[in-house]
Amino acid sequence: MSAPQAGTPSYIGRRMPRAEDTRLLTGRGVFVDDIALPGMLHVAFARSPIARGRIRSIDTSAARELPGVHAVLTARDLARFNIDLISFFLVSPSIRIPPLAEDRVLYVGDPVAMIIAQDRYLAEDAAGLVTVDYEEEDPVVTIADARRGSLVHAGSESNVAAASGAEEPDEDLEALLTSAPCLVRHTIRHQRIAQSPMETRGVVVAAHGESELTVYISCQSPQMAARYLSMAFGIPQTGIRVISKDVGGSFGLKVQPWREEIAVVAAGRLLARPLKWIEDRHENLSASNLAREQEIALRIAFDEAGSILGSHVDYDLNNGAYPHGPDSNLAAMMFFWAAHRMPAFGFRARGWYTNTPGLGAYRGPWAIESLARETALDIAARRLGIDPIELRRRNLITKADQPLTTPLGIRLEDITPAECLDLLLQKVDVPAFRAEQAAARAEGRYLGLGITTYIEPTAGSAGISVLSTDVAQLRIEPTGKVSAVLSTHSQGHGTQTTMAQVIAERLGVAFEDVTVYEDDSSRGGFGAGASGSRQAVAGGGASIKAADLLVDKVRRIAAHLLGADPAHVRIQSGRIHVDGAGEKTCSLRELAEIAYGEPERLPAGMEAGLEAQYRYRPPPVTFTSAAHACIVEVDPDTGFVKIRRWVCSEDCGVMINPAVVEGQIAGGVAQAIGTVLLEEAGFDARGNPIAVTYKDYLLPAISDVPDFEYVHASTPSQAEGGFRGVGEGGCIIGPPTLVNAIADALSPFGELAPLELPLTPARILEVIEKRPLSGASPASSPQAGQPSPPSVPHSPPPPVEKPTGTRPTIDGLWKMVLATPMGLQQFTARLAANADLLTGTLQSEMGSQDFTGTIEGNALRWDLKVSKPMPLTLKYDVRIEGDRLTGKVKMGLFGTAKLTGERVPE
Amino acid sequence: MSQHNIQVTVNGRLHTATVEGRLTLSDFLRVEAGYTGVHIGCEHGVCGACTVIVDGQAVRSCLMLAVQADGSSITTVEGLTAPDGTLHPVQQALRDEHALQCGFCTPGVVMTLAALTSGASKPAARTLLDALSGHVCRCTGYQGIRRAAIKLAGEPGAKK
Ligand code: FES
Ligand code: FES
Repeated sequence: MSAPQAGTPSYIGRRMPRAEDTRLLTGRGVFVDDIALPGMLHVAFARSPIARGRIRSIDTSAARELPGVHAVLTARDLARFNIDLISFFLVSPSIRIPPLAEDRVLYVGDPVAMIIAQDRYLAEDAAGLVTVDYEEEDPVVTIADARRGSLVHAGSESNVAAASGAEEPDEDLEALLTSAPCLVRHTIRHQRIAQSPMETRGVVVAAHGESELTVYISCQSPQMAARYLSMAFGIPQTGIRVISKDVGGSFGLKVQPWREEIAVVAAGRLLARPLKWIEDRHENLSASNLAREQEIALRIAFDEAGSILGSHVDYDLNNGAYPHGPDSNLAAMMFFWAAHRMPAFGFRARGWYTNTPGLGAYRGPWAIESLARETALDIAARRLGIDPIELRRRNLITKADQPLTTPLGIRLEDITPAECLDLLLQKVDVPAFRAEQAAARAEGRYLGLGITTYIEPTAGSAGISVLSTDVAQLRIEPTGKVSAVLSTHSQGHGTQTTMAQVIAERLGVAFEDVTVYEDDSSRGGFGAGASGSRQAVAGGGASIKAADLLVDKVRRIAAHLLGADPAHVRIQSGRIHVDGAGEKTCSLRELAEIAYGEPERLPAGMEAGLEAQYRYRPPPVTFTSAAHACIVEVDPDTGFVKIRRWVCSEDCGVMINPAVVEGQIAGGVAQAIGTVLLEEAGFDARGNPIAVTYKDYLLPAISDVPDFEYVHASTPSQAEGGFRGVGEGGCIIGPPTLVNAIADALSPFGELAPLELPLTPARILEVIEKRPLSGASPASSPQAGQPSPPSVPHSPPPPVEKPTGTRPTIDGLWKMVLATPMGLQQFTARLAANADLLTGTLQSEMGSQDFTGTIEGNALRWDLKVSKPMPLTLKYDVRIEGDRLTGKVKMGLFGTAKLTGERVPE
Repeated sequence: MSQHNIQVTVNGRLHTATVEGRLTLSDFLRVEAGYTGVHIGCEHGVCGACTVIVDGQAVRSCLMLAVQADGSSITTVEGLTAPDGTLHPVQQALRDEHALQCGFCTPGVVMTLAALTSGASKPAARTLLDALSGHVCRCTGYQGIRRAAIKLAGEPGAKK
């Protein structure tokens, strides 16, 4: 890689004012609701008032008759599109997810009919006139309900949406845990969270004929939205132009278009009129996909010195009715102990369908691992009588321990949580705090300190096909100014600024001369935009590589024109200079005019123009590390928590713009404060949402969030530019930091266990006054030390046909598709039957592998050992019907995936 | 539905319109008058994104009907910038302090600060911070907003 242009002001690392801010501060941003098209009509949804039931009939006549109403549509009207609502990983779900409810409603807010009217006021009037006759049923609301209740999705085998880990306890691990000198148990109930971007979801669609669409949508990536719509509607992606200029936050909510947006696009095609739907806040809080709602029971065994001997996690996650993707949160388990020396770890994780809004992503979807681990470590420290900082030091993996591969197959080369902790402690004088705490306690005031560490996988590019690459297309225009079309996308991330900083520095031009475009799927190429803290790493890397290609071309052209050695050509502030030959100079504009307009003056054979594109794949994963400290005072009379100090020691590699980095951390930590103290999107026993306005769903205000202090470790990563992702970290490390501070303050009264979020004043007073104040714990809360309820067997294989004389033809070549949670994997297998013995050869991108198995009637079973992403035995269980096969593959810790296949004619 | 004729001055221009009684001021300003810098975050008076200045007072335009604004003079965020594009001191302070990310809450924050700092004497930092506690920002954790408010206050060094 070529070095940044010497002599150009350095932009990487500077707190540049943001390019986005002027338009946003003056009211000239363009959000989806700011779009108005000629003839545009407005959509409102009639939604289910019950959590579960059968639709007997829908009467839309009164709604239709209201003047100003153009159409009232139900699922039947959209049936012709046969829409496939796939997951973010572009995998078809095993359940049916219709855009509008068909014969059943599955949660309060389930859209049943859509009204299309002249304005939104009329559309809402008409929505109130739609009458639906329901046959109401008892809903499955909590995880406990899901375990024992009736099936949320008729025809599925159980309410388990996804499972990973070991179904049965591992005897060796159980023996280790029960015989350890110290076994700490900790249980947590994490509430449901509403992502709450200040701009709700919204879409404007204009259909042009049968196979072209323009869609304005509030999203995390116009490219991703276009690809998704293309797959949902079977229209070529090039025919779909998705525009998303300014987005008012997302935090995971808008990661993919979902039922309402898809229904609006379908209706726009059906009616051939531009349509607009803007979600209102009531819809957003009650019927959008929400996040979290988890129960976790953690056990950690220690020796007397505080070294961890082993651990087990039992984990459940409410998936709601229609999750963005069925999820048992495998990532949470993979990274639970990734930064610690952990000799023995086991887990069982399950996602459950319920009659509540579906599970969506929220900043740091796997954050539960840090919450559970870090709060349990503090409980252990108190139990063992070891300082919590010391306990962490004894167990954290340090720089000196690396490189190493964790037992779950994660390669660590440069994580720095222990080093971040050291830096943190230079800022936080713990002995002085302990003295202050003791003095305060003597006065009846309760101060607490929480200190935590974590690592975060950012910009993962392996195993998830939609996240593997990003693209930068750079052009030095004939004017000498630079335009960059990137697959990044900002919902507040400021990538129009940070990417311009990277490009300006690498090219040697002024920051102001670089304009970044990322708002229109029809210019530029695919990339998933903002997901998984990836934009600095993936977008920044692509920008560097593309800029370097351009620099190389400029040097060769300049050397040719000016009669110099390319190695001596420099671009500095938009001018070309030749080292040691001051008179040989020209502007980038002059050079660009020649490159476009007089290609005959270019070196022989060189392509005209000054354009470059690079599609960059970052390293498989880039880790960010951090240690945070928080100091609180808890008022023992009111239960109120005052946060007095918060220090963030973060290692996100080379920082492009420290103000943007700190903004990302601060936003995440503020959300963490909301999670711990305020927010809860709860449901009553009938599945009615109980927080449907911002008067009930409490968001942190300026008075709830302290000033944050920062220390940056800045260890360059292996990625191009040395960047690491930083978008989600504050929201991951923040909750345990604050909980630990509160628990430390309350330690004279007892433990905060089981931990139930949010820690409202009533819950805190329960600890102080040792009496229940906040009402009974939900029945679903797992209690420490109690055995989990019996597991629902997930995915029992379909019954084996009795062996008959006519066994299907097995021999031959089969094409198979395995729907893993991270995407579809395709391969072929050649099968041969010999009595009850099966032999075969599987051929995939990874190479070919032989196997043997068994045959029983039409059922085939075989095992296959793989080494990537980690050593695993895949257990195939397949049924053949004629020229088709279906079945399941058990993938060890990764759960079970559906297999389909067909015979390849030979 | 009842129809009403109203006359409103928005950012110095007179608008006459016939509106339904139930039309909110926020929808009037966005849809009829075209000032889309007025943002709607909740429509129930909590988030503050829709704040505009009505006859000198910061007002939540989602909680006011357009007919109630008849005869008044309204400033939206579009009306603060000088004709040559120079930012209003409030806008400039927010920009300098990296006080926004997505920018959706920003117009409301700008208008509250502009209303409170428009007088001859600057209010105390405490006054500004108290007023800002009625604005929700989901992105920034309020760090830059607080720094900007303190800068704009009468006693710049004031402790929060
Ligand atoms: S939209 Fe008016 S206060 Fe939220
Ligand atoms: S900047 Fe996004 S809500 Fe405030």
